Amino acid sequence: MKIVVTIVGQDRVGIIAMVSTILAENNINILNINQNILDGFFNMVMIADMTFSKMALKDLQQFLKEKGKAIGLDIKVQHEGIFQSMHQI
Amino acid sequence: MLSLQHILETNRMIEENKLDVRTITLGISLRDCGHPDMSVFCRNIYDKITKTAEKLVRVGEDIEAEYGIPIINKRISVTPMAIAAESCRTDTYVPVAQAMDAAAKQVGVNFIGGFSALVEKGYTNGDKILIRSIPEALTVTERVCSSVNLASTKSGINMDCVREMGEIIKRTAELTADRDALGCAKLVVFANVPEDNPFMAGAFHGVGEPETTINVGVSGPGVVKRALEEVRGKDLGAVAETIKKTAFKITRVGQLVAQEASRRMGVPFGIIDLSLAPTPAVGDSVAHILEEIGLESCGAPGTTAALAMLNDAVKKGGLMASSYVGGLSGAFIPVSEDAGMIAAVERGSLTLEKLEAMTCVCSVGLDMIAVPGATPAATIAAIIADEAAIGMINNKTTAVRIIPVPGKSVGDRVEFGGLLGHSPILAVNPFGSGTFIARGGRIPAPIRSLTN
Repeated sequence: MKIVVTIVGQDRVGIIAMVSTILAENNINILNINQNILDGFFNMVMIADMTFSKMALKDLQQFLKEKGKAIGLDIKVQHEGIFQSMHQI
Repeated sequence: MLSLQHILETNRMIEENKLDVRTITLGISLRDCGHPDMSVFCRNIYDKITKTAEKLVRVGEDIEAEYGIPIINKRISVTPMAIAAESCRTDTYVPVAQAMDAAAKQVGVNFIGGFSALVEKGYTNGDKILIRSIPEALTVTERVCSSVNLASTKSGINMDCVREMGEIIKRTAELTADRDALGCAKLVVFANVPEDNPFMAGAFHGVGEPETTINVGVSGPGVVKRALEEVRGKDLGAVAETIKKTAFKITRVGQLVAQEASRRMGVPFGIIDLSLAPTPAVGDSVAHILEEIGLESCGAPGTTAALAMLNDAVKKGGLMASSYVGGLSGAFIPVSEDAGMIAAVERGSLTLEKLEAMTCVCSVGLDMIAVPGATPAATIAAIIADEAAIGMINNKTTAVRIIPVPGKSVGDRVEFGGLLGHSPILAVNPFGSGTFIARGGRIPAPIRSLTN
């Protein structure tokens, strides 16, 4: 199953490192990263494969949300199905 | 491969433009629950509803979390109770409504629909008992919704029932006077009712439906409004095209949720209802879409034309996005549940008569309309008759959900809270319809050729 991780917030050192470490520790493979800074705001969208994940989607959502909140980031994890079905026939 | 732009677009639709799946409704047949003893019947329906819908709320919440799309309501619809309860030896179905209410509470859904009767051609004994039970049933229960279909293109209009419903609505208003006649917000009178509609208060599980089914209602007025902001100044062809494309995307989300819910619950997928269902929240209004198209205030001349185009474009866009479409499908124009409609009534641009004209070109009908408490039962019946006639002649669904608020008159406001919203009291034409309504009988079915 593929997931989409969306991260928005104030830019700072180590955001990508933190998120990718958490994904790696849980055996979640990053397939694509899109990142930029808009008006000092950090924007990143990651697509990852969690077929062999050690963590269930719900737990990962909760864990990343809390980790992000602690440093002022909004981290959202979604099943990719919603994007596929909305934008592809 | 997913593009960044699409991901950001979807998330913006959800977060800023309030895109949501309005409701997942689990339809359950209660036809096998019949029993002459009322207490056995009530236990049968309670057991069947609670067992069948056990997982509904959890499945809804799981889908909501995994895909990041809000699913506002999880609801249940059941076989029209006048049919399911007909074999009970009783003169009231109030205990049945209480059993439905208890089952809804047990499984955690906010509404259960199906305290209903289909009487377009005439009453059975069960229909009579059910209709007489409505005022008390809606007073002593919290989550039960009731509907009556009293007209159809094939059968005409049951004017005896029209007259009776005027009185039933008045009685329901009186019994729930302490809550601004809230009971009437849970009661809809239909012509040409669809039997697979997931939206309350008119949802029930029709007799042609399977044992159980999952129906989903999508929403998204905010998303359509936002999309139209991008084509300001362009012609109406561009407006219609934009609405179509947006409706397609909205409906795809509904289709995904419906398929997932159906798979996880092991219940067949019924239909997607392609509707724009507003809420009182700012940025979630059908009236604001009409104003975006170019009207100074909803209700101004041109509103009916704009609404007709909106409704048609929503259907065209949504139709291809789903494998099965049904229900009401179109734009809802409830007054108290739509911030833009409320504002339009307050400004004086939107009247009961204009709303009636608008119902000729969109789904539902006169919906969530608060009128003076002193409005006579015959006048309410006559308003129902007008709507039923529009539905009957034009071969479409129409409905009336009208609330005569005791002790209030034009200039006052009424507050229902939550999704039901608030509204100013609308003025009603003061001239009487008593003699017309008192005649009763049945208006014959219309001719289907020589249309004009």
